[in-house]
Amino acid sequence: MLITCPYCGPRDVIEFTYQGDGNRERPQPASQDLDAWNAYVYDRLNPAGDHNEIWQHSGGCRTHLRMVRNTVTHEISSTGFARGDHNAAARHKAGGKS
Amino acid sequence: MAEYSALSLLTNALRGNKDWKPAWRKPDPKASYDVIIIGGGGHGLSTAYYLAKEHGITNVAVLEKGWLGSGNVGRNTTAVRSNYLLPSNTRFYEHSMKMWENLSHDLNYNVMFSQRGCLNLAHTPGQFDDLARRGNAMRHLGVDAELMSTAEIARLVPALDMSASARFPIVGGLMQPRAGTARHDAVAWGYARGADRRGVDIVENCEVTGFLRDGDRIIGVQTTRGEIRAKKVAVAVAGSTGRVMQLAGVDRMPIESHVLQAFVTESLKPFIDTVLTFGMGHFYMSQSDKGGLVYGGDIDGYNSYAQRGNLPIVDEVMSEMLALFPGLARVRMLRSWGGVCDMSMDGSPIITTGPLPGMYLNCGWCYGGFKATPASGWCFAYTIAKDEPHAFNAPFTLDRFYRGMVIDDKGQGATPRLH
Repeated sequence: MLITCPYCGPRDVIEFTYQGDGNRERPQPASQDLDAWNAYVYDRLNPAGDHNEIWQHSGGCRTHLRMVRNTVTHEISSTGFARGDHNAAARHKAGGKS
Repeated sequence: MAEYSALSLLTNALRGNKDWKPAWRKPDPKASYDVIIIGGGGHGLSTAYYLAKEHGITNVAVLEKGWLGSGNVGRNTTAVRSNYLLPSNTRFYEHSMKMWENLSHDLNYNVMFSQRGCLNLAHTPGQFDDLARRGNAMRHLGVDAELMSTAEIARLVPALDMSASARFPIVGGLMQPRAGTARHDAVAWGYARGADRRGVDIVENCEVTGFLRDGDRIIGVQTTRGEIRAKKVAVAVAGSTGRVMQLAGVDRMPIESHVLQAFVTESLKPFIDTVLTFGMGHFYMSQSDKGGLVYGGDIDGYNSYAQRGNLPIVDEVMSEMLALFPGLARVRMLRSWGGVCDMSMDGSPIITTGPLPGMYLNCGWCYGGFKATPASGWCFAYTIAKDEPHAFNAPFTLDRFYRGMVIDDKGQGATPRLH
């Protein structure tokens, strides 16, 4: 599997670390909403097909990536920076932009 | 008279083997059942068997989308053990181990259960201490465990590189003598025949495409072979849990599906007569009766429903094998394959009522479901029949994550690829 890093170009999957389901929303750190924390920590979308996920180019430039990958064929249809929309806290800092 | 016996072998041989009955029928699905079990793998078939045998519930259908045994029950590396640290896991898997010890007799089907032991290697003094702690925890609950010195290990597995110059020198190990291997296909076939003879319909090539509902309640399934109604619908689909639960409108679960690869070499003369696991990576190996070395390592590490994996893990598993057994460098790998594992958030399974009314759920086996096959079906059958869990599976609920009652044997946290 080759993953195209926006900085480094196409690289082998061994340079990357999987960080999982990119559909989860991290509550604000001060949040006491147990359902929201439970959903963030434990619940995952687990589709057979296109999956929105977060990876890190840990063996390269260390940037975090958001990509859409098909879990049946392993085809990657889009990659980009995860920065800014990785979690609700970051979105909040960026002025509510997603 | 038992269906398979020395006498029946002899009489059938004399009659030219014309009178054997198929091990299970190929019935068309009826319009309704008391219980539908989705998934004709080891766990689904054993659930059907124990529903019929222990609870007298025989109006049961097992729906399998492919052919019987085409999933993980025929893809695993056949190891059976109960060497866990945490009490709820130990009790459950030890119950399974006791069932394995009598399974061939119970099923009148030779599952070739071979108690050849399972040896976990330690490569640092700290790891050896950790194995001693696990061994003590096991013995505390009545499970067999023995620490082994390097001299004992060298005698048991002469091919191991025991030298101090090995990449990861071996300092000791923990042996569970009652652990071993079983013939995985025979387990599926034995349970299928046992369930079939008690009246269970095993319906192959019957894929569930949707659920029939009455409000919130599940009252049956839509399949590629028509609608089938049931009072109770049980889901035991391992790696396909995400897919099937999505059909029921449950999008998010504490489960990720990952692919695990396994490998077998060409046949060798007797080489290793125990199940061996490496301590400095994820690697385990045993030798099949045909002589092939059967081995595997870690999951590929990202969500996948493909029953095949990528090359980096192949490379890693081979290098781990050579770190232990330099002498295998020129042995050829014969086959490799992949299975889809339902990795849970704490590495432990889920056997429970719900999450919807009329539904029962059995999943989260990670890559250790084969050894659990008897106890999983036994506990799931109890849960379906009584609408409450048995003490053995009471800790394995779906809401334990919310309640903070996780059963994390490895202490890894909610990162499924690391369990």
